[in-house]
Amino acid sequence: MLLSIGLPLIIEKFVLIVIVVMSSLVIAMYATFAERKVAAIMQDRRGPNRAGPFGLLQPLADGLKLFFKEEIIPNLSSKLLFILGPCLAMLTAMMTGAVIPWGDKVHFFGRDISLQIADVNIGILYVFGVVSLGVYGIMIGSWASNNKFSLMGGLRAASQIISYELAMGIALIALLMTTGTLSLKEIVQQQQEHWYSWNIIKQPLGFLIFLICAFAECNRTPFDLPEAENELIGGYHTEYSSMKLGFYLFAEYINMFLSSSVMVSLFFGGYDIPFINDASLAENIGTNWVALIHTAVFLFKAACFLFLFMWVRWTIPRFRYDQLMNLGWKVLIPLALINMLATGAFILLQQNNWHF
Amino acid sequence: MSVIEIMFWFLSVMALGAAVMVVASKSPVYSILFLILTFFAISGHYILLNAQFLAIVNIIVYAGAIMVLFLFVVMLMNLNAESEPHQKNKWVLYIGGISGGSLLLVIVAALKKTVATTQLVQMNNGEVGLIKNLGIKLFTDYVFPFEISSVLFLSAMIGAVVISKKEG
Repeated sequence: MLLSIGLPLIIEKFVLIVIVVMSSLVIAMYATFAERKVAAIMQDRRGPNRAGPFGLLQPLADGLKLFFKEEIIPNLSSKLLFILGPCLAMLTAMMTGAVIPWGDKVHFFGRDISLQIADVNIGILYVFGVVSLGVYGIMIGSWASNNKFSLMGGLRAASQIISYELAMGIALIALLMTTGTLSLKEIVQQQQEHWYSWNIIKQPLGFLIFLICAFAECNRTPFDLPEAENELIGGYHTEYSSMKLGFYLFAEYINMFLSSSVMVSLFFGGYDIPFINDASLAENIGTNWVALIHTAVFLFKAACFLFLFMWVRWTIPRFRYDQLMNLGWKVLIPLALINMLATGAFILLQQNNWHF
Repeated sequence: MSVIEIMFWFLSVMALGAAVMVVASKSPVYSILFLILTFFAISGHYILLNAQFLAIVNIIVYAGAIMVLFLFVVMLMNLNAESEPHQKNKWVLYIGGISGGSLLLVIVAALKKTVATTQLVQMNNGEVGLIKNLGIKLFTDYVFPFEISSVLFLSAMIGAVVISKKEG
């Protein structure tokens, strides 16, 4: 495992990591742009259209603006933690990308290069672990700001994330019972055969719970209480300015993109091209082209989810806090448990040839 | 030194250093953050021992859930160095030091008796830490202790609900 790492492998993984990190940053950048455009279309406006053709340079302009703003670190804050907060938020947002299979494999320089940074056999648990760490960036930042409203936003965020993690985990358990593996690569490969072997068919309720929890984990509307502007003046990032604020805002978009990717891999066949036999396609046009199409299909599916995130944001109003907690603890967790038990019973019956 | 040895020493220094800082740091929030760092170092050790499941569960449960609750409590109570009650009684310090020291002595004595004293770390031999083997072991050989501990957890959960519902 760790002992026998050759130099080509290190280079290959390094290049892959750089590509994945860069492209998730760029995608998150344009997700901010897309969000403003989608909002504009839904509200019958034009949206940003001044910087570059169709406003395409708007994210760059936003980034530059954030960089040129004054850095303010509150006097009474713990400075180290104040800086650590946004860094952690960014780090945990980026870490999920390591286990997502972006495509099958490409063939370069006589080597098969897998388009997944790390095919660990605990893939989903890794995702889950990273998600559960995501709360630290918010909590540390909010506490270090030494501001009551920040702390309140941070506590709201933390309790929300912890509450919805549970339902998310139980929904995943039901999925794992049907797939029988924790490796994301294997889960995607199992979904390759037919379009109806996608896990969304087997686990519709599980997917719904997972989707709702993903919204909550990303602090998106209708679960954006941590940053509810009209009650908390921006929540946990009240005291932040300049690029540190940018990191927090940006981490949200990276989280959105990566949780879309996780949902695509878990429930929507990953890089599978619907209605097409990938193996025979690979024989016809070569592995590399298929890998390219795979990645494109994957990104398209993820983009659909990104659009869903935005659509919901501009359609549904925010929950009240007690409604949020009730939904998490009294609706989603029992539903997830029922889903898990039903899946278990179904699998047992199937193994027993439908005899009780 | 091989890569494994370097990693072992790095993780050990990190775990011990962070553990010392948990006790030494003035602010409880820093203590908790160092404790999280300790958990990460220990998870790294689990990975070196080829126990990936244990490593990631350690992070999910301890670093991801329990420590968040600790942080919650400390932040809400706004504990810091000034509000910390100063320990007047010298005897408590002595007693604590002596009992901690004797615990260390017992652990060191127990570790001296173990077989592999020269071996730093067991890499890649032993498959029981992988999730499949661990699951099979838990549900065949160790099913009774496993179920007993789950009953314990259930009763703890019910107890927590009962306590939190004071005026029921």
